[in-house]
Amino acid sequence: MTVQSELRVEVPAKLSIQNVSKSFHSAGGHVHALDRVSLDVAEGEFICLLGPSGCGKSTLLNIVAGLEQADDGQVVADGGPIREPGRDRMMMFQESALFPWLNVRDNVLFGLKLKPNLRRKERLEVAQFYLRLVGLEKFQRSFVHELSGGMKQRVALARALAPNPRVLLMDEPFAALDALTREQLYGDLQRIWQERKKTIIFVTHNVREAACLGDRVILMSPHPGRIQEEFKVDLPRPRDINSVELARHATAIMASLKGARANAEVAE
Amino acid sequence: MKRFIRAAIFFVGLLVVWEGLYLAHIWSPVLVPSPLSVGRYLWGAALDGTLGSATVVTLRRLLYGYAFGLAIGLPLGFLTAHFRVLKDTIGLLALGLQTLPSVCWVPLALLWFGQTESAMFFVVVMGTIWSVIIATEDGVRNIPPIYARAARTMGSRGLHTWVKVILPGALPYIVGGMKQGWAFAWRSLMAAEIYVTILSGFGLGFLMNNGRELNAMDQVIGIMLVLLVIGLLADKILFAPWERMLRRRWGTAK
Repeated sequence: MTVQSELRVEVPAKLSIQNVSKSFHSAGGHVHALDRVSLDVAEGEFICLLGPSGCGKSTLLNIVAGLEQADDGQVVADGGPIREPGRDRMMMFQESALFPWLNVRDNVLFGLKLKPNLRRKERLEVAQFYLRLVGLEKFQRSFVHELSGGMKQRVALARALAPNPRVLLMDEPFAALDALTREQLYGDLQRIWQERKKTIIFVTHNVREAACLGDRVILMSPHPGRIQEEFKVDLPRPRDINSVELARHATAIMASLKGARANAEVAE
Repeated sequence: MKRFIRAAIFFVGLLVVWEGLYLAHIWSPVLVPSPLSVGRYLWGAALDGTLGSATVVTLRRLLYGYAFGLAIGLPLGFLTAHFRVLKDTIGLLALGLQTLPSVCWVPLALLWFGQTESAMFFVVVMGTIWSVIIATEDGVRNIPPIYARAARTMGSRGLHTWVKVILPGALPYIVGGMKQGWAFAWRSLMAAEIYVTILSGFGLGFLMNNGRELNAMDQVIGIMLVLLVIGLLADKILFAPWERMLRRRWGTAK
């Protein structure tokens, strides 16, 4: 294994979510988180799962990650059903989930060290490459608490990219950031996505964010979690979240989202 | 440097006050000896070797028992954090025994082992182990679950997760527990050494009690000073580097 082969742009994966259902039993009673959800994701597609809380979008992401099991149905990645987490699918969370006992570089190295056939020097080079990609090579030796919220999420992105996965799963990764930092990260994420050709599933409850990032925006509705509607966003990239065309898309999605909520309230 | 000077001035001031009280003859010099006579005792005991050998005896007892207590307590802590059944049994036992002042192990140890090194060892282990178990268990339980999830997505499983994620994640708690275990072990060992003479080795506690029997207040206070210095050094050498590391990495302000 060489650094070149390790860093080559992997063919992004094709995903197929087939009739996935999931319920939770808790003290509060029975929650039907997902009800027969099906979705096909093409190689290298950027999908945004959008919906109010309780619509099961994070649960769906966890099932694709292999962190949770579907009660019914399955997720197929490149022909094989997903049963557990795998290096081909890396995940990013709302909190950075970086390890405070490791510095920035060692955090990025964590996943790489679990990859066989890589020598120390090669791992370091790979980590270096991704830290440069997110613009943080100068902060290699910093500890997590010394970074701003935006920098933490950049490190988390580098850490998720480092093992060269074919799918990137992102669970509201920018929700806790201020607007300005967020806008910067929208730009970075689009650039990195185009450069590294990943299949991305991005969970959010922010309509504009979804319209800005997604090739397709999948609108989900709660109780039980279902796919309500699908929007294709065919704007050129990189997209500016403040552009008028984008606002038009966002407005259409928002209207549908509000309609769903009104319907849900009537039904209750 | 400024902090060092400040501390030096403070302690010299204390000595001056002490000497002043001695010179004022408010109390009998048998009860309040001068700092000079305490210094003379320490100097003499250091020269004839009694102080050195007593320190070695005491520290050996402490370190052996402490090391053993850690070796048992840390794994037990991880196990009780992992298995519900151990939490409900050993965890509960540890919680109960930790509230027991560790000195209370001394009479039992003497009856079980007699006036032997084993009794001392047992007392130190009992002082160490419960705090370490509880702190380790607490530490493991307080790790944000998202760390383990993130590690899992990166391919970490089983033992790797325990060594590379759970152990370092619990470290702030573990160091706290180790410190408390050390303090409990140190206190109970001193109590045991004062309480009972063990012929296989005369520790600092023995020397202090010996001073009481001889009505030699300079010896009593001298040994107390030695104990104080050992306590300070243990903190600075054994625990301060860990705490510094934790502060630097976790960024917890203290």
